[in-house]
Amino acid sequence: MSGVEIIFIIVAIVTLLAALFVVTTPNLVHAALWLILALFGVAATFVLLNATFLAVVQVVVYIGAIAVLMIFAIMLTRRVMEDSGPQINSNWILAALLGLVLFVGLTFVLINSGAANASLSDLVVDPVEQLGKELVSPNAYVIPFELASVLLLAAMIGSIVIAWKK
Amino acid sequence: MISLTWYLIFAAALFSIGLYGVLARKNAIAILMGIELMLNAVNINLVAFWRYGDLANIAGQAFAVIVFAVAAAEVAVGLALVISLYRRRNTIVAEEIDLMKW
Repeated sequence: MSGVEIIFIIVAIVTLLAALFVVTTPNLVHAALWLILALFGVAATFVLLNATFLAVVQVVVYIGAIAVLMIFAIMLTRRVMEDSGPQINSNWILAALLGLVLFVGLTFVLINSGAANASLSDLVVDPVEQLGKELVSPNAYVIPFELASVLLLAAMIGSIVIAWKK
Repeated sequence: MISLTWYLIFAAALFSIGLYGVLARKNAIAILMGIELMLNAVNINLVAFWRYGDLANIAGQAFAVIVFAVAAAEVAVGLALVISLYRRRNTIVAEEIDLMKW
């Protein structure tokens, strides 16, 4: 096994374990901290895939903004969920079964697909430069890019209005 | 070399764990965390397909950027809803939020 493969396996195991703790830990603050570890693992996966810009964005946006926002919300709503018994509902067996079936089914399909034949090609252009150019190029993704900014503005105004104290 | 299948199976596992979190958790914020895990699995898939496909086509990464923006918007609105619910009804247990249940 090459070094990259060993790193991938370590990253994958750490990420999946952290994700499991996110969905099973009764203490929500701990779950949020495990979520941060899982998000770091995904960022490391992006690095392994040569998507360095996305890895940085993952750390800045997901860990820096989303995870911190979640911790804030957990702290603000802490009283109601504290020491109030189990954190999972009565359907958890069905949910676990569904997740397991989905995973086994997807794995079966993926192994039998031609994905294993896909090969890595060498990077000729810098992907960061290419992404930057194409995101604002009229011939490529400028409309989705601008729409995303409108969406973020709408979400910002919407969340202020929703959480407004009357 | 890491096969594309490994990445896809990793993402499938992450997605399934997130799905379990969404379906089994009581707390609305924990459900949002499950959704985050699922969105991350999708991003891994997109980037893996970009890396193993035609590198001149950056669509995989561009889509992943849009998914980031949507995830940020979703969390902002979702947490605002949770805070608002907490203020009005003093609960964030998803089962107890049944005002619209017929």
